[in-house]
Amino acid sequence: MTSPEAGARNFGAWVQRALPKLVLSPTVAITLIFVYGFILWTAYLSFTKSKGYPVHEWVGWMQYDRVWHHPRWAVAMHNLAVFGVLYVVLCMAIGLLLAILLDQRIRQEGTLRAIYLYPLALSFIVTGTAWKWMLNPGLGIEKMVHGWGFDSFHFDWIVNEDMAIYTVVIAGVWQASGFVMAMFLAGLRGLDQEMLKAASIDCASLPKIYWHIVIPQLRPIFLSSMVILVHLAIKSYELVVALTGGGPGYATELPSTFMYAHTFTRNQLGMGAASAVMMLLTVAAIMVPYLYSEMRAGRREAQR
Amino acid sequence: MASLEIINIKKRFGDVEVLKGIDIAVEAGEFLVLVGPSGCGKSTLLNMIAGLDTVTEGDIVIGGKRVNDLHPSERDIAMVFQSYALYPNMSVEGNIAFGMQMRKVPKEERQRAVQEAAKVLQIDHLLQRRPAQLSGGQRQRVAMGRALVRKPRIFLFDEPLSNLDAQLRVDMRTEIKKLHQRLGATIVYVTHDQIEAMTLATRIAVMRNGELQQLGTPAEIYSQPSNTFVAGFMGSPRMNLLPGVLRSEGDGAWLEVGADARFSVGALPRAVSAYVGKEILAGLRPEAISDNADAVNGNRPVIEATVEVTEPTGPDTLALLAVGGCELTARLRPDTSLKPGDRGRFAVDLAKMVWFDPGSGARVR
Amino acid sequence: MAQTWDTPQAMRRSRWTPFVIYGLLGFFALVYLLPLVVMLLTSFKPLTEIYSGSIIAWPQQWTVDPWIRAWGSTCVGLSCNGIKGYFWNSTKMTVLAVIISTGVGMLNGYVLTKWRFKGSNVLFGLILFGCFIPFQIVLIPMAHLLGKMGIASSTTGLVFVHVVYGLCFTTLYFRNYYMAFPDELIKSAMIDGARFFSIFLRILVPNSLPIVVVTVIWQFTNIWNDFLFGASFSTGESAPMTVALNNVVNTSTGEREYNVHMAAAMIAALPTLLVYIFGGRYFVRGLMAGSVKG
Repeated sequence: MTSPEAGARNFGAWVQRALPKLVLSPTVAITLIFVYGFILWTAYLSFTKSKGYPVHEWVGWMQYDRVWHHPRWAVAMHNLAVFGVLYVVLCMAIGLLLAILLDQRIRQEGTLRAIYLYPLALSFIVTGTAWKWMLNPGLGIEKMVHGWGFDSFHFDWIVNEDMAIYTVVIAGVWQASGFVMAMFLAGLRGLDQEMLKAASIDCASLPKIYWHIVIPQLRPIFLSSMVILVHLAIKSYELVVALTGGGPGYATELPSTFMYAHTFTRNQLGMGAASAVMMLLTVAAIMVPYLYSEMRAGRREAQR
Repeated sequence: MASLEIINIKKRFGDVEVLKGIDIAVEAGEFLVLVGPSGCGKSTLLNMIAGLDTVTEGDIVIGGKRVNDLHPSERDIAMVFQSYALYPNMSVEGNIAFGMQMRKVPKEERQRAVQEAAKVLQIDHLLQRRPAQLSGGQRQRVAMGRALVRKPRIFLFDEPLSNLDAQLRVDMRTEIKKLHQRLGATIVYVTHDQIEAMTLATRIAVMRNGELQQLGTPAEIYSQPSNTFVAGFMGSPRMNLLPGVLRSEGDGAWLEVGADARFSVGALPRAVSAYVGKEILAGLRPEAISDNADAVNGNRPVIEATVEVTEPTGPDTLALLAVGGCELTARLRPDTSLKPGDRGRFAVDLAKMVWFDPGSGARVR
Repeated sequence: MAQTWDTPQAMRRSRWTPFVIYGLLGFFALVYLLPLVVMLLTSFKPLTEIYSGSIIAWPQQWTVDPWIRAWGSTCVGLSCNGIKGYFWNSTKMTVLAVIISTGVGMLNGYVLTKWRFKGSNVLFGLILFGCFIPFQIVLIPMAHLLGKMGIASSTTGLVFVHVVYGLCFTTLYFRNYYMAFPDELIKSAMIDGARFFSIFLRILVPNSLPIVVVTVIWQFTNIWNDFLFGASFSTGESAPMTVALNNVVNTSTGEREYNVHMAAAMIAALPTLLVYIFGGRYFVRGLMAGSVKG
């Protein structure tokens, strides 16, 4: 009993049922190709002899070897560790401090919050021009302080091979600590007000209340902001390009600048691919356990 | 010396005056309940006693000492909150012991105090659990335990039972009453539930719009409310307020209700007789109106009225009666045979009647 | 909303406490504002003042010349026509990419919350993963592909890239928002006879303004500010604003015209800065939305 009308109706019904999947499929396809597919492609390239253009000759771990033994990579990894740790620790400390201060019923809270957050709204290429200028020994802060009479003040870190990476830290912390502040402030505001009243009856000293009761409850925020900061640290590229260009020499080289240089400037696609893969693995080492524990916690919550 | 004195307390938030001059003295061992509709200022007053809110004008005196400028932790008080307010990151034991820890009480003494309180409240098997793992009733006990170990001069309760379900609320109410009897503690308790107020209090302070309406024992509040607000707020179902005109005829007085109903009200107290010929409000609780045969055929005054609605409650039947254009709620026998539409005769217990001035709402004394 | 409790002693524990708090906050505020202030002041100074004065000195002689030169005549690479062309490049690219990625993200969020099917959560996880990868991992294949498609070094190519890698964020935002959207509204619409797209267009979309604003602001800011994709996939005339700016600032030939550099940087910053000033509340929500677990 298959009349054309019944056939059309059946088809219509099938389309309605399949519609959600159809609608989602372009994005899924895009993700499969341009995220997972490209990851595999890059990984594949990292095992080939590609230089200026892809060459399909398998060379095993050779490119990884070359990257690991490259002097610039050693500097990049060292810088990543120094930068990463300082960036995360300082951002969290300053962010928490600002959030606690702002939580004290400050009059200009809205304005201050806006001031601490605006660095995130701007590209670091933009704000980096100012930082580069300010950190310039002959023209920037050093000169300003000399102008005030302190002639022996030196602030030439940015051209100093050993200290340049710390300027990247300063600029990076300046940019991202507002974000951590916003996260902690939201957490502080979400605390049970009556619990704070109870704490007030138990204990007179505000610092003690923060230490014993408030901060322990911010643990989830510590964790998520740390993960996000580590992620940002590994990805940071504009920061170095705008501030030091990787210099002096390659004293402020980071994995991201190493990858870019070898891929687009030095015609070493294989090495570029290998360094990109290593960046991905470092990020995954942090994100995957975190996401997994978050999803498990979410499911446990939902079951209760 | 009173345990707690609230002396002419006023509170302003900007231009709004939330408390307009409250005076209450609480003796040691009393259970004072602050009751009133939301927005009446009772929670604000409690917060001011605790030191969680500043005093605009007036004094709070605890144990003879003026505490207006003292930090909450220095006022010798303990407080139990509506939302339990437990510290989520500590165990039950940690929660109860925290205040002592802050006051640098030695560890042994702390543990002993925690054990003692836990046993009294029957939560000693829960000491290592976290608040998230406890039920509502258990959490409330932990909150009370935290207050107990402080051994304060005054316990403050801020609507502690509002978050519990109905049955649990009744059980916990009894627990709190037993605790009060056992410890002889001084308690100030805030609630919007007049049943809690009536059952728990040694004295009740009824508040409205920042003003104290009446301060008295539950019996006084119930049978001699000082104005129509207290009469209507306390007791459920509410007191009937019958508007009418007082007439005096020969040997007795009558209340005319509407155009065609009247009943005898016997001999009038002197203050009430000033209202003869004028409008007045007669206050009668539902249980003062009954269809009990003895009462009806005895020497009590009788009202004739039409039954509009009956609501069997189990122990009795609530009936809505229409009299002279007004409605009265009466408590009838549970096995009454009256149905909606029936006309019946109901006896009025004059001993329980109170009179109110229609204009001011104040009781005529 | 600040704390609503009022401990008389909390803030007056010591008379100095308010001073310490405001002092610290003020100090940090100055540090945070310093780069912006420096950029503004320097962009209005003539070159002589820059070399002779300090970076935060007030301009003795205000001049708009650096701004005019930055816009119309400063050199970017080999051509000296100012940054206006690149500004338009960025505008075209950003507007298109924001519209497309937001629209698709909205549909995705709708499907993932109101039309769930077996495996849809897994698919969501797959899509979400794309937000967390360091983009260096896709640069090489993408450059290759864009070349093959003939859209390397073009605005179209950049729009494509930003849409592809923006989808994970927009999907995440809308999905989280629609999770909280009452299912009863959808059910009652279905009973009334509405189907997939009618429900979407007539019920969901009209009630989505807050999240659309958040998503648009977030996408706009990120795409406008992007540098990595711009630097990797475009050269010369088709470059976006950030790449052009970097070029201007890092030219080492001739005299360094710092004032022009700062003016150019300010011009590049204006769109996102304005969006931030007027849409600050939504900006913050966008920040938070990305980090709420889901």
